[in-house]
Amino acid sequence: MKRFIGFIKKEFYHIFRDRRSLFILFGMPIAQILLFGFAITNEINNVDIAILDHSKDATTTEIINKISASKYFSIKQIIEKEADIESVFQKGHVKAVLNFEKDFSKNLIKEHRATVQIITDATDPNTANTISNYVNAILQQYQKDVNKDITIVYQIIPETRMVYNPELKSVYMFVPGVMTIILMLVSAMMTSISITREKELGTMEILLVSPLKPFQVIIGKVFPYIFLSIINAVVIVMLSVFIFKMPVEGSLFLLALESILFIISALALGILISTISATQQTAMMISLMGLMLPVILLSGFIFPISSMPLPLQVISNIIPAKWFIIIIKGIMLKGVGLQFIWKETMILLGMTVFFIALSVKKYKIRLE
Amino acid sequence: MNNNKVIQVEGLTKMFGDFTAVNAITFEVDKGEIFGFLGANGAGKTTAMKMLIGISNPTSGNANVAGFDVFTHTENIKKNIGYMSQKFALYDDLTVRENITFFGGIYGLSRKRIKEKSDALIEELGLQNVANKLVGALPLGWKQKLSFSVSLIHDPKIVFLDEPTGGVDPITRRQFWELIYKAANQGTTVFVTTHYMDEAEYCDRVSIMVNGKIEALDTPKKLKEQFKAENMNDVFLKLARG
Amino acid sequence: MVSISVKHISKSYKSVNALQDISFEVKEGELFGLIGPDGAGKTTLFRILTTLLFADEGTATVAGFDVVADYKSIRNSVGYMPGKFSLYQDLTVEENLDFFATIFGTTIEENYDLIKDIYVQIEPFKNRRAGKLSGGMKQKLALSCALIHKPKVLFLDEPTTGVDPVSRKEFWDMLKRLQQKGITILVSTPYMDEAALCDRIALIQDGKILEIDTPEAIVKYYPKPIYNVRANNMYQLINSLNAYEHNHSVYPFGEFVHYTDNRTDFNPDHLKAYLESRNLSNIHIEKTIATIEDTFMELAK
Repeated sequence: MKRFIGFIKKEFYHIFRDRRSLFILFGMPIAQILLFGFAITNEINNVDIAILDHSKDATTTEIINKISASKYFSIKQIIEKEADIESVFQKGHVKAVLNFEKDFSKNLIKEHRATVQIITDATDPNTANTISNYVNAILQQYQKDVNKDITIVYQIIPETRMVYNPELKSVYMFVPGVMTIILMLVSAMMTSISITREKELGTMEILLVSPLKPFQVIIGKVFPYIFLSIINAVVIVMLSVFIFKMPVEGSLFLLALESILFIISALALGILISTISATQQTAMMISLMGLMLPVILLSGFIFPISSMPLPLQVISNIIPAKWFIIIIKGIMLKGVGLQFIWKETMILLGMTVFFIALSVKKYKIRLE
Repeated sequence: MNNNKVIQVEGLTKMFGDFTAVNAITFEVDKGEIFGFLGANGAGKTTAMKMLIGISNPTSGNANVAGFDVFTHTENIKKNIGYMSQKFALYDDLTVRENITFFGGIYGLSRKRIKEKSDALIEELGLQNVANKLVGALPLGWKQKLSFSVSLIHDPKIVFLDEPTGGVDPITRRQFWELIYKAANQGTTVFVTTHYMDEAEYCDRVSIMVNGKIEALDTPKKLKEQFKAENMNDVFLKLARG
Repeated sequence: MVSISVKHISKSYKSVNALQDISFEVKEGELFGLIGPDGAGKTTLFRILTTLLFADEGTATVAGFDVVADYKSIRNSVGYMPGKFSLYQDLTVEENLDFFATIFGTTIEENYDLIKDIYVQIEPFKNRRAGKLSGGMKQKLALSCALIHKPKVLFLDEPTTGVDPVSRKEFWDMLKRLQQKGITILVSTPYMDEAALCDRIALIQDGKILEIDTPEAIVKYYPKPIYNVRANNMYQLINSLNAYEHNHSVYPFGEFVHYTDNRTDFNPDHLKAYLESRNLSNIHIEKTIATIEDTFMELAK
């Protein structure tokens, strides 16, 4: 036991004396959460738009007022003729132009229909889509207000309600993803690097020739990172709860247990990587290419798995991060208990056991 | 300047903050001489050599290498010297020929000249059978001989060798020294930095640096007489221990 | 008592035969040197004996334990200093020593006597990070770390490579003192001049042992009289000797060339006349004694 404590003490010296690893450990989580929370978002705010109003009557004025009153849009420019639309877009600031037809109000009253064209800059398709949805929503709201005295039979008004994330805050979507990435990075990459560093230095030879047992070396290497990863998970959850007001609907205890399970699976992967790489550089490349990319691209964190081609959907199943994201979304946003996520938990547990078994089997007590 | 003195150093000094790494060293090296530049780790020999090959600026003093001033004409110095160290020699993932062509190219040799040089060099070292093999696959001793020959590809006036033969087997090491004698005989000055004293025995003259100063400078024979020592190792031990 | 016994060990990597049928024995308390250039197979042999590698063929025991079957016992009873000084660069001198003491289940205090001689020299720097030490100090720290658990057998793989002559001298003095405390030492080095400091040596090249004996005996084996030759121009001297029809070997040795002749009735005057005919002057020929390097080259020829 004394040997083991001595070993862990040494590991902490390494971590605290290396500024780079300290930065990855503690700077990254905070930076990533803030970055994803504030900067990278699907919401739109104060988008510049231009108006081309051929009618200039009471109705169009009212609609324009409503639009400019919303926090989503600010009217940047009023243009006078169709020909100007092109040049407005080319200047780049204006993302959408609303083109009200001539005699808008008259048509609406006489023919019960009037047309407004929403022209969006689709160089960024996501934003374009969102803008057009928002404008539609405002128009519909206006229609409802105008028509509230008149009853039209057989009118179907769809009413959408977003559940679990009613305000469609993208941070809710990113927090589970970022937490997954960071736990993966810290656990797998840092352990694999710290083990391969001993190989490079030659100290691994001395450790192997010492009476330390292989599992003691492994646990000694891994233990500090379990500890640090847990701290990281706590920091991330606190940041998201206090800064982004993200709810944790389910049990914190369950969340903690599931996180530890995921951390252990990532650590086992890290050990596995270290057994196949001879240098820190290889270990880092394998961790980044082999773990980080799949976690970002195939876990459903950014791109929905259901819209992936079938082969990728199949591959996504072997990525532990996919299951962990489902689990924490369930706990944090839906507030579900183990009875709803036991399947995912079992899969993750199975994977963890497999990785540990494999890495213990692969860990060499000799140099070959 | 005297045409026969290819290196002239006077009061050359390098300070790092308060620390004097090289303390006013003065010496001269003749054309075609094999000059050993010895010292313990941290005695300042690497710093001194860096100043001579134009990659580090002296704090004070004067030095003239291959006819150029180390303060103002470092680019000309670099064109007129060759450099070989045990740490950096050749690219393991290029073939023998590719390495020669590459280094010839760096020094601006014409294509025709590179071809001539490569053929001559490969023949001289007896590498005909491995000319198109990767350098990484050659034995250490061959690599070092090749590396030395490549450092001479642009016919430099001076070639600087940094611990050239550590760890090589004794026969290869002697073949290596034969190459050095040959280069010196053809008028190339050979400047060897090392802390292996048996390498020092081969030099025409050696200087020994201790704590940034040159404490001894003479032929190995005279140094051994002066310090009543059996070999250069003993000379060094006597000097370094004071 | 035999401390290390190596019997017909062979080992190859892919196409390279790193070790070919190596056999030798080291007695308890002996200082045994493995002398050979880089790539001779010294490190491979050390790794087999320290249980880090399996041999393809042959058996070996260290301190009475088989390197394959009893590897755990060996790991408890040997000290090992790998080729590069394997220390934790970001740990201080004291932390390194403390760490290695702890993983071997001991403390610095317990075995302080053994390392005292060596450690006092670096103790003033005990709070300095190992990465900031000079080569000589790193070497002393690495040796202290390898000794801290009081091993019966000490394996030192090229402990003096990259270290200046003063530190080398001090290091060999330390080994002599350790030997007096009953520790068996197997040391490897590419420097022939260090061979003379060992009790017995094995000359090794290309995975084969050329000779095993005491340094004095090995030198005596040299089959021919050997001559120091000197002249005004070294390069022409070497060329002329190489061109001389009776030469057996011509090797530059510092300011001299070591020359041996293939005739039994060699007369130095004839050689002198020949060299003069080649326009050399200041010719000096005298008989000298063979060194270990001469023997090595003769055997490796």
